[in-house]
Amino acid sequence: MINLTINTKLAEKILTGFIHAEVTRAGFKKALLGISGGIDSALSLYLSARALGPENVLALRMPYKTSSPDTLEDAQTMIDDLGVPSKTIEITPMVDAFINQHEDMDKKRAGNIMARMRMIVLYDQSAVFNGLVMGTSNKTELLLGYSTVFGDSAAALQPIGDLYKTQVRQLAAALGVPDKVITKAPSADLWQGQTDEGELGFTYEDVDKLLYLLVDQRYRPEACIEEGFDRTFVERVVRRIRQNHFKRVMPPIAKLSQRTIGYDFLYLRDWGS
Amino acid sequence: MKIKIALAQFNTKLGDVTGNLEKHLERIEAAKKEKADLLLFPELSLTGYALQDLAVDSALRPHQDDPVFNALLHASKGIDLMVGFVHEDRRHRFYIASAYLSEGEILHIHNKVYLPTYGMFDEGRFFAWGNSIRAFDTRFGRVGMLICEDFWHASPPYLLWLDGADILLFASASPGRGLHEDPRLSSSEWVEHTNRAYAGLFTNFVAHANRVGYEDGLNFWGGSTIFDPNGDLVVRAPDFNEALTLAEIDLNQLHRSRARLPLLRDERTSLVLHELERILGEK
Repeated sequence: MINLTINTKLAEKILTGFIHAEVTRAGFKKALLGISGGIDSALSLYLSARALGPENVLALRMPYKTSSPDTLEDAQTMIDDLGVPSKTIEITPMVDAFINQHEDMDKKRAGNIMARMRMIVLYDQSAVFNGLVMGTSNKTELLLGYSTVFGDSAAALQPIGDLYKTQVRQLAAALGVPDKVITKAPSADLWQGQTDEGELGFTYEDVDKLLYLLVDQRYRPEACIEEGFDRTFVERVVRRIRQNHFKRVMPPIAKLSQRTIGYDFLYLRDWGS
Repeated sequence: MKIKIALAQFNTKLGDVTGNLEKHLERIEAAKKEKADLLLFPELSLTGYALQDLAVDSALRPHQDDPVFNALLHASKGIDLMVGFVHEDRRHRFYIASAYLSEGEILHIHNKVYLPTYGMFDEGRFFAWGNSIRAFDTRFGRVGMLICEDFWHASPPYLLWLDGADILLFASASPGRGLHEDPRLSSSEWVEHTNRAYAGLFTNFVAHANRVGYEDGLNFWGGSTIFDPNGDLVVRAPDFNEALTLAEIDLNQLHRSRARLPLLRDERTSLVLHELERILGEK
């Protein structure tokens, strides 16, 4: 029985507590995040505003010239709804200056450049705003590796990284994220017409159930097939999880000494706080 | 005899023994003002939980000469205390431990016997395994202490019960996990069911101090409880928030519960021993 329903009150309590604790013990009061108009950044924004107070959360819009104007408006609706400070920094001149130097540029490379350009803007603004960069990755995309390494995956904290996309929808609805943001087709919006589900080749609803069995319930792939999942689908997802693991871990350090960071030099980030 | 138990459900600073000691002393003062007889702190209350390599740096020798223990022993005049710490023994082995302090004396130290080393846990990598489970006498009668994973196994509470403990004192730093539709996490529900079961099965008091706060992405859920010998809830601290939770327990309840339900009287320990020996192949 696959049931991904979550108690949204409990999730809100734990996640707002997490954001507040981890921001303040790092010596900060504030956080900022890139707002795309999509549901993941919307949920992170709503949680952060509740955890830290709206005045302490900066919503940063970083459109590229092809970004859908709709998403900018949706972002504005949420900014107004929460009363958080906001900024809009166009990445078009920076991205185009880069892209135009390469004749052989393809849309995937360009998409990664946009994601990394946004990372640069966010980290630069974090110094201006004196806040931590809040991550917006969910468990589904972290497991599938559907992100740009050192791009949208770069953040100080990942508050929604243990919620599947379908659970993100539940919590977003409970926190008052506008319906339009919850129901629109998820998209990285790196090129026109791009949708997550189109690019991935399956729906979040299907893959979340499979991931729940594989990851949370420790089903073997064969057992998932016995449960009725298509063999090709299962194999594709299993391969994606493995191939993208590098995005989920720190780069390995070649061990030489008696004590090496990551292997036998082990401390939590909250060391001493 | 009625005694007032206080549960200090609080957050700790990771690896900051001095900072955590101050917090202990504050809670002790507050509990004394409330006329508590016994104050329980959570697992590793002096150090924080996920210590990893900080374990050896935050270890203490439980002795009058240690400044941290000295302060706690001094504070234990007028109120009994259970505190959590990293215990460095004479041979420099490091244990997760609870110490019971009373009237300036250390009455007992329990070194955690079961170190979870699976899933998110890695205790066996950093700590030595405790080797004894003993009840001990206090001014409130005979009690026993266990730490978190110790009471996920049925045998340690059972042994303490047979060793004469009428009050079981449990300490945890339990990371919350298992978010579903229910209003509480699976881990909270599981621990509370277990504690209630021990209270009922052993017709004992079971008092549990759990911590709150976060360490990196781990949350600690609190919900400290006391159950009476009927398995009824005496008091429950809030989930996730710091609290000093007090409740009076009536030790005469032991008389009443065991008169009604003589599970201790009827426990066939020789049969248990006989069968254990057979199972372990010693006979």
